[in-house]
Amino acid sequence: MSDTSELTSYAEQFDQEAANGEQDDRLERLLVILSKGSMEDAYAALVMANGAVMEGIETHMFFTFFGLDAITKDKQDKLHMPTVGNPALMRNVPTMVAGLPGMEALATKMMRGKMEEHDVPPVSEFLDMIVAGGGSLHGCDLAVEMFDLEPEDLIDEVEDIITVGEMLELAGGERSQVIFV
Amino acid sequence: MTMPQVGIAGETIDVNEEGYLTDPEQWTPDVAREIAQVEGLELTDKHWEVLEYLREQYAEGAKLTIRRIGKSDVVDSVKEFYDLFPDGPLKKASKIAGIPKPASCV
Repeated sequence: MSDTSELTSYAEQFDQEAANGEQDDRLERLLVILSKGSMEDAYAALVMANGAVMEGIETHMFFTFFGLDAITKDKQDKLHMPTVGNPALMRNVPTMVAGLPGMEALATKMMRGKMEEHDVPPVSEFLDMIVAGGGSLHGCDLAVEMFDLEPEDLIDEVEDIITVGEMLELAGGERSQVIFV
Repeated sequence: MTMPQVGIAGETIDVNEEGYLTDPEQWTPDVAREIAQVEGLELTDKHWEVLEYLREQYAEGAKLTIRRIGKSDVVDSVKEFYDLFPDGPLKKASKIAGIPKPASCV
């Protein structure tokens, strides 16, 4: 055993930071809004929300318009990768070709394979992970009505259907941020 | 900036500025207990199982993600992992297990 009497202890070194409140400007709460129903948009929102949950940040997700597809039972795991109007995905492929039957299904399948390789789960499982970590899911009242959706059409993990005003309350506080996809 | 050294149970331990061990070989159960205490955790048998699993996975060069741990046999679910190490389980558990901060986004 060496002489460590002159060294600070782990607790002294790292408890101090907490005591000094040095990290008090860290993000405390995040609201992620998903308004689109394409695979790439849904995953952008899911990755950021899950990332926040993983950091111990209070996380809320609000689904509106086609973003509701991500929390709709029979749609959430069937989101597509758009091949038309998405030049970054299929560079050098003419739009007419990208729009041929089967192209979107192919691109979607390839993307799913790629995601599985990198341990990115299907939408339903991703949302389960977010909820398991304490994140909450909320549907948009207006969009639910517009699309004639019933509460039972949405996955059970959805906490409630709320108005814009109620959504904004989820993003209250000084150390809060909103991400809109 | 020189990396801090701290004394844990009479041993000199090298850590980075966030409190992660820089040499997993220096890890001992005493180190885990000390870090866990600072993180506000009392380690149960289940915690030790997870820590052991993480150290094994790290030694094998596996890329650790919350999903992978949730699907492993060491915990029943992602939820159990969050329950064991609340507020950032992957980071917190890695820190206590004496392995580097995970660079995973999922």
